[in-house]
Amino acid sequence: MTELLEVRNLVKTFGSGDTETRVLRGLDLTLGTNELAALLGPSGSGKSTLLTILGTLMHPTSGSHTMLGHDLTQATDAELTEFRNLHIGFVFQFHNLLPDFTALENVIFPTAIREGRETAASRARGRELLQRMGLADRVDFPAPKLSGGQKQRVAVARALMNSPQLVLADEPTGNLDRASAVQVMDLIGQINREEGTTFLISTHDEKIAATCRRQIVVGDGLVTG
Amino acid sequence: MLYALKIASRYLTASKAQTALLVLGVAVGVFIFIFMSALIGGLAEFILSRTAGDISHITIEAKATDPALLLGRLPGQTLLVQEKSGRAQATLPTALSFLPLIEAVPHVIAVSPQVNGSGTLRRGTQTTPVSVIGVEPGRESDIINLQSYLIEGTSRLTAGTILMGQSQIDDLSLFLGQTVKLEAPGGTVANLTLTGIYKIGTGGQNTRTVYINIATARTLFALPQGVTRIEIKLDDLNNADAIATEISALTGLNAESWTIKAAQLKEALRAQAQTGYFLKTFAMITIIIGVASALLLSTYRRRPEIGIMRAMGASRKFVVFVFVTQGALIGVLGGLSGAGLGYLALLPFPRRDAFHAGTLPIDITQGSYGLAIILTVIGAILASIWPARSAARVDPVTAIGQ
Repeated sequence: MTELLEVRNLVKTFGSGDTETRVLRGLDLTLGTNELAALLGPSGSGKSTLLTILGTLMHPTSGSHTMLGHDLTQATDAELTEFRNLHIGFVFQFHNLLPDFTALENVIFPTAIREGRETAASRARGRELLQRMGLADRVDFPAPKLSGGQKQRVAVARALMNSPQLVLADEPTGNLDRASAVQVMDLIGQINREEGTTFLISTHDEKIAATCRRQIVVGDGLVTG
Repeated sequence: MLYALKIASRYLTASKAQTALLVLGVAVGVFIFIFMSALIGGLAEFILSRTAGDISHITIEAKATDPALLLGRLPGQTLLVQEKSGRAQATLPTALSFLPLIEAVPHVIAVSPQVNGSGTLRRGTQTTPVSVIGVEPGRESDIINLQSYLIEGTSRLTAGTILMGQSQIDDLSLFLGQTVKLEAPGGTVANLTLTGIYKIGTGGQNTRTVYINIATARTLFALPQGVTRIEIKLDDLNNADAIATEISALTGLNAESWTIKAAQLKEALRAQAQTGYFLKTFAMITIIIGVASALLLSTYRRRPEIGIMRAMGASRKFVVFVFVTQGALIGVLGGLSGAGLGYLALLPFPRRDAFHAGTLPIDITQGSYGLAIILTVIGAILASIWPARSAARVDPVTAIGQ
């Protein structure tokens, strides 16, 4: 296992003066390739803020953040956007699919915005991913017509579209029934094993966390276990 | 950016009713723009054809020479050797030799050499002062279309005939074929037979002007050669200034455009055109505000989607492009449908050459359709920049959490 990302002494504060809130208090974390890690911790512990910073959607107040050898704390918005598109996938709690697009169009979105158009190759890759998610018969379904579990599987397929090294999942099963949650986690585990993609999954669910090979516990803005 | 175009199109087709209303709003603005262009243009055309259309577009007249001055005995004292008289006629002795040259100037459609002056009509004890225009036979309708205003007789002027206005006929109780005396300021009298009666909308012309043959006018005004005036008509009276300058340069004569003497008319038309510009500008502002507010609403409604796009790696430029493309598409659709609506609405109105009193002079050819479409697309694009920039500034973290 080689190192994928590292954060050192990560601090994130919101507000200023009397209203200043320090969410991350010098957090250190290293993730390697091919990891399947659960991020645990109570609400307000800083899990979501950490995921947001690791996903390059937010700059830390201080500390270092490197991934694949790139110092991301110094990168511009345009550089972070391109980096995110190429190397990081997201799965959100509420799937967050684009409602005016079909399942396939949602999946190939990250590639299409990079290439400026939908290509035959990206469509083929999208269909293959949907097939792996067990959604071969839902390819051309409008996103709003899919069930909750199906939407989340489309979201996983979308996160994998550009073959990222890291997928950040924020409560990916939090809005699903138990059967759908197990199905989604099985798929994540399978992709992690077969493609070596690192997953960092924020969850409150101990059973979900137990399916991961590593558990990272965050408390009071620090990694505590 | 084909993909941005696809997303923009998808956003528009996703809310069909909202898009249709927005496009309709833009189309109405374009329709007003086109309607106002056709109305203002048609009205100007109508006014010009009814006023300047029947006057000489370029007139060549001799410059009236001032009386000569002599130095007096005392320093600074000058003496006039001749009293300046309004009746004195300045003539163009060599002007006739320039006629072929003037006729060859592009856009010149008619040239009418004239011998003009003032006179007094007498019939029995009744007298009336008139302005006399002596024209060459066959050129009677070259400048003012006398034939079209003729109500009785013929417009053809042979030696010893006269064409008079309806008001003069009524004042002198004349009938066609009767004789009337025309006396020049020099005392020469011509007995003329009334062969035609005209009636022009402008009352003054009916009362003051009579037309006679140029040979009769030469005798009457004792002008055996040369002319007092040359009137020129053009195919487009808007070219008069430039062509007057050209004729002056060619001939060395004093050619004057109709716009100099009709400055007030020109000013009125300019004011009317400016009114049109204001109305069209307001139509454009309405379009811009409509598109901007609709797109701003759209960006607000789609904030979570914008957040997802940004999280997936869409750049700020890409987001801007999506919304600007939406604005451009709305402009194209609204511009085309508004132009189509405008054209269809203007079809029932008479063509410009068929304008007549009592009809609304709307000229379908002056609808500025292309300009309306281009300005609408540009306006819609400009209108979308603010919402697009606002969309690009959306914080993905906050937006996704909504």
